[in-house]
Amino acid sequence: MQASTLLFIVIALAVFGYFSGYGRSLKVAKPLGSIRHLHSLPSYYGIQTAIWCALPALALLAIWQLFADTLIHSYLMAGLGELITDQADYNLTLNRIINVASGALPATGQSDYVVAAAAQLNSIAAIQKWALTILVLTLCSAGGLWSWRRIAADFRARAAVENVLQKFLLACASLAILTTLGIVMSVLFESIQFFQTVPVSEFVFGTSWSPQTAIRVDQIGSSGSFGAVPLFTGTLLISAIAMVVAVPVGLMSAIYLAEYASPKFRRSAKPLLEILAGVPTVVYGFFAALTVAPLIRDLGASFGLNVAAESALAAGSVMGIMIIPFISSLADDVITAVPQSMRDGSLAMGATKSETIRNVVIPAALPGIVGGILLAASRAIGETMIVVMAAGMAANLTANPLEAVTTVTVQIVTLLTGDQEFDSAKTLAAFALGLMLFIVTLGLNFLALRIVKKYREQYD
Amino acid sequence: MAINNDRPIPTQSVGAQFHDNARMSMRDVNIFYGDKQAIFDVSLDIGQNEVMAMIGPSGCGKSTFLRSLNRMNDTIEGCRVVGDIAMDGQDLYDSKLDVVELRARVGMVFQKPNPFPKSIYDNVAYGPKIHGLAESRVDLDEIVESSLRKASLWNEVKDRLHQPGTGLSGGQQQRLCIARAIAVNPEVILMDEPCSALDPIATAKIEELIEELSENFTIAIVTHSMQQAARVSHRTAYFHLGRLIEVNPTEQVFTMPEHELTEGYITGRFG
Repeated sequence: MQASTLLFIVIALAVFGYFSGYGRSLKVAKPLGSIRHLHSLPSYYGIQTAIWCALPALALLAIWQLFADTLIHSYLMAGLGELITDQADYNLTLNRIINVASGALPATGQSDYVVAAAAQLNSIAAIQKWALTILVLTLCSAGGLWSWRRIAADFRARAAVENVLQKFLLACASLAILTTLGIVMSVLFESIQFFQTVPVSEFVFGTSWSPQTAIRVDQIGSSGSFGAVPLFTGTLLISAIAMVVAVPVGLMSAIYLAEYASPKFRRSAKPLLEILAGVPTVVYGFFAALTVAPLIRDLGASFGLNVAAESALAAGSVMGIMIIPFISSLADDVITAVPQSMRDGSLAMGATKSETIRNVVIPAALPGIVGGILLAASRAIGETMIVVMAAGMAANLTANPLEAVTTVTVQIVTLLTGDQEFDSAKTLAAFALGLMLFIVTLGLNFLALRIVKKYREQYD
Repeated sequence: MAINNDRPIPTQSVGAQFHDNARMSMRDVNIFYGDKQAIFDVSLDIGQNEVMAMIGPSGCGKSTFLRSLNRMNDTIEGCRVVGDIAMDGQDLYDSKLDVVELRARVGMVFQKPNPFPKSIYDNVAYGPKIHGLAESRVDLDEIVESSLRKASLWNEVKDRLHQPGTGLSGGQQQRLCIARAIAVNPEVILMDEPCSALDPIATAKIEELIEELSENFTIAIVTHSMQQAARVSHRTAYFHLGRLIEVNPTEQVFTMPEHELTEGYITGRFG
């Protein structure tokens, strides 16, 4: 039976289990008078039965699906013995066997041992399918029956259900964490592989970035240089420009919205401002590349400045506009959270409104504002699309915002687009860059959260 | 206990509402929150260096009335004041009056201590700094010290002036707020239930302080504690449902109240 069919049967049995558990609890309650005498509500007994019906069976199904193929394959290959030794050969042969078994590859012309193994695979597959069906259905009905029989007036079904529910929620939470962990691990291992060909010191301190490597051994070409400093400085430059644009504008608009604007204006203006964060970054990208960059170049030319067609300034300022809502929205929240009694205290001293904001409200809200700024900064550092389109690809080591620079994220994109070899230093460099980026943004986020948390304890 | 609504609420206040040497004088004051009227036709004088207590059941409008004396009600949307409120003969609700200057002359201490999240020193120096009262750092140090001394807090905090004011205990915080208020040398200090968030010992200290302050300042205090009103004030005003019922010397209010509503409140029949 197919796994999906099996899944439906298990679910149907669980539903049946719910109603039979529900019914049995009512039957148990009848001689006692009413359901008041049961420990839990009838629905808890139903759910309890359903859980025991479905959960073990589903768990078995999942584990089987995950590991059965691998086990069968290694069993098959072990049967072939010394015929296969090389790793690459191993995978190739295995694929051939699987294809022959499924009929995708004609059996004629294949080696005898492949044909034999394919036949063996087919027979094992048939057996395992039946075994799975029988096992799952047995487990399903056994679990359901067992828990159905346990139903009694003093059986604490409610506690048991709560317990299972809690574990289920825990599993969901760990899934998110495990995914993050998985991403970190994959990036980490690829990076380690990269650092075996390029020393860490060269990567972190080298000032020349030119990731082109020879693909064939006999090819004449550069051997590549992986000094990431120009990328870091480029990222820093663009992020700094973005922050220079976003912090004052975001902060001022937050102060206006929180302190001066009428509630009605605030209600409509705040969501409008937040739309900025919802515009796809690729739209910002072509806005930067096609509108802002030429504008800056022409403006620079009229002052006699030589501005590159794709400049850090263009990308940075558009990125700044993009992250305004991150700052204004968070700052607005923390400014509104400053207790009215603080403002009253200051106003009652004879301070004007702006003095009150400057001397009392902003200092009180500062940790929260800093938290917001750091979150925006980590967003700016990780931003890709705008810089790909508007900042250029040239890895220049410069602090001049009018020149083209490139960032870590842009390089990752260029390294991994198109057909790539997955074991060359060039491709692996992308993972090392990703790791760096991850460390920096993680650090910034961590810092931001710490600051915001500290701020929360301030008035109590 | 519920308010007994069967008794008629008088439109006229009884007692000695007026004062020969009045610092602040209010005539026919009505205060509205939007359409709702909170204060009805209140006329009252607060004398020079007098401590005026305002008592009454919750929601009787005494805090609203107090806040109208330095126009703190301006910060509440929809609040409207009709009638005359004058200080030394000057109309407080005159459109030409500078509200910043008024609040420097009429200081305020709030129900919950609200020190700024700054150092103790900066909390007290805040007012003098924004009003330019100190010519130099030495001047400022002097003002801070004398204000803290007047608020009888100096001995407790002189070694930690540069630590945050929020780290003090509740009673100390409230005295810090009083020090902050008197640092700008106001003429009148308004206190809105200044002890309601404090324990009895801290309360006793503040009450002692109010007595000392009355030598130099005119004080209007809203309180829920009748004992406190009896201990610290010279005259007591009793408010009921937004009306001023009775004003008399404190001793008289608590021994021989003129009005039956006042009597009912101070004997604990409602409130």
